[in-house]
Amino acid sequence: MTLDVERLECRLGGTPVLEGIAGLTARAGEITALIGPNGAGKSTLLKAIAGIERATGSLRLNDHDLMALPFEKRAEHLYYMPQELSSRAVLSVFDVVLLARRTRIREPLEQALEQVRDTLVALELEPLAERELGRLSGGQRQRVAIAQAAIREPALLMLDEPTSALDLHHQLQVLDWLARFAHERQAIVVVALHDLSLAARFAQRMWMLANGRVAASGTPGEVLTHARLREVYAIDAHIEWPADEPPRVTPLTAIRPLGR
Amino acid sequence: MTHASPATASADSVTRYRARRRHQRRLIAGLAVLTLGMCLADIATGPGQYPLQDILAALVAPGDVSQTLRVIVWEIRLPVALMAVLVGVSLASAGAEMQTILNNPLADPFTLGISSAASVGAALAITLGVSVIPLAQPLWVTGNAFLMALGASLFIWGISRLRGVSVQTLVLMGIAVMFFFNAMLGLMQYVASAEALQQLVFWSLGSLGKASWDKVGLIAAALLVTLPVFLHAGWRLTALRLGDMHAKAMGIDVARLRLRMLLCCSLLAAMAVAFVGTVGFVGLVGPHIARLLVGEDQRVFLPVSALSGALIMSLTSILSKTLVPGILLPIGILTALIGLPFFVSLILRSRREVWG
Repeated sequence: MTLDVERLECRLGGTPVLEGIAGLTARAGEITALIGPNGAGKSTLLKAIAGIERATGSLRLNDHDLMALPFEKRAEHLYYMPQELSSRAVLSVFDVVLLARRTRIREPLEQALEQVRDTLVALELEPLAERELGRLSGGQRQRVAIAQAAIREPALLMLDEPTSALDLHHQLQVLDWLARFAHERQAIVVVALHDLSLAARFAQRMWMLANGRVAASGTPGEVLTHARLREVYAIDAHIEWPADEPPRVTPLTAIRPLGR
Repeated sequence: MTHASPATASADSVTRYRARRRHQRRLIAGLAVLTLGMCLADIATGPGQYPLQDILAALVAPGDVSQTLRVIVWEIRLPVALMAVLVGVSLASAGAEMQTILNNPLADPFTLGISSAASVGAALAITLGVSVIPLAQPLWVTGNAFLMALGASLFIWGISRLRGVSVQTLVLMGIAVMFFFNAMLGLMQYVASAEALQQLVFWSLGSLGKASWDKVGLIAAALLVTLPVFLHAGWRLTALRLGDMHAKAMGIDVARLRLRMLLCCSLLAAMAVAFVGTVGFVGLVGPHIARLLVGEDQRVFLPVSALSGALIMSLTSILSKTLVPGILLPIGILTALIGLPFFVSLILRSRREVWG
């Protein structure tokens, strides 16, 4: 099972945000990291795949031509997890995770409740089940959003910076869990990340965007090179690939202003 | 929000969820019983003093009581009491859904000028004998009220879709809509005949006094159409509270959902205004109470809002008959007096960006 992106173009308010996005592939059972500096078009690419932003081009999820499906139908195959979950809704954690299940899968309520419990347990959220969203920390809310995403059992799961508000423990816990989710469900998982060390450690493939175009794609070893980090991120970085330890990308200096 | 749970903190999440749901169901049943009791008290209240058992006898076995009592209960008081309940349910349900779809705790048919627009529609039929769409004459008032309410709703909806429109802007825009339609109403009052003017005053103050069985039937029919639509969209409406992007991610057509809900809200607001005049703040206070009691899960938020609205209207109906002995006070004045402190407290809360 694969996701293939070819010739994707997207304009927001008349301004081209994605241009000629092509040659991107993500496979089932793997984590694909979507990386690139701020404003590179990462969120827009994920929203365009989900059908939330209008785009032209070719998007294939296995035998499905996603472009032929309106976003309501695409939501049956995929899920896009936005960056932030509202803290203003007067709803409990259990309610919002149940909500994500009930808007996707028709099944007896009992079955749905069991699924919610299992998902909350897996993401260490069960003690918070009855707490309101407004009384959670940013990191806790982010894990609730991940629980919402997972419980819909999408074939393609896209997460927009799911670790941005998490402490180190929960960053590892969430990415470990996503790796297991991808492997056990044979789901395609695409994760937009800023931390290149984490991305290199957990992802089997990488898509690197810059200025709304594909700067590189391939394995982390192929994508993360000194020259490319200089070109795309405008930084000098120390990149290590130790044999028995996770890879490390340590930024050293910013070498020039970063902009379009 | 009270997630009261008799289960211990160590119980698993499903057990705690079930305990909360049981508590919510009991609360809804309790509110329904309270509403029924308030409705009975409303029927028992009036210029003629009758013992409660006589009133109950007239309700249960109308053939066994005097004709006077039968007429008072069945032709005068029962339609008024039922109208109070149904208008309360209509306004509070419309308020609850408007607050949900516009992401705005200050939204209700009155504060956004939709009730004023409906009043102008009704006034067009009364003073000028004008029907906006070709309908049978008895439906002119209702039809006009609905179309004008719909127009005002669509205007507010259009404004809410513009980029950078805040909660405060929307409420100010609603006030502008209200001013505009109040000015139109003033103009019509100025040119109206003495008889029409008297009827127009009825719209602007709100009164249950002209309730009748056919009006009760019409507003009940409107609720029978709209409440299932609200309930059917329950999960999607709850999802909307997480923000548009989350709702879209779940495959919800947010724009279509908003439009459909606004259509239903306009119908309910128009019915209420056409039959009892402008009654403010019930649509604001009912959902506010529900939010505090059960949160915003539509499965409970909607019924608790509706029952709270019914309770407020029933209570107002009783107060309108008893506050000043011998005088029937306009209910619109009373709901405004009760609702204004809520409105002010909500403005102060939204200043702290509870909803932003």
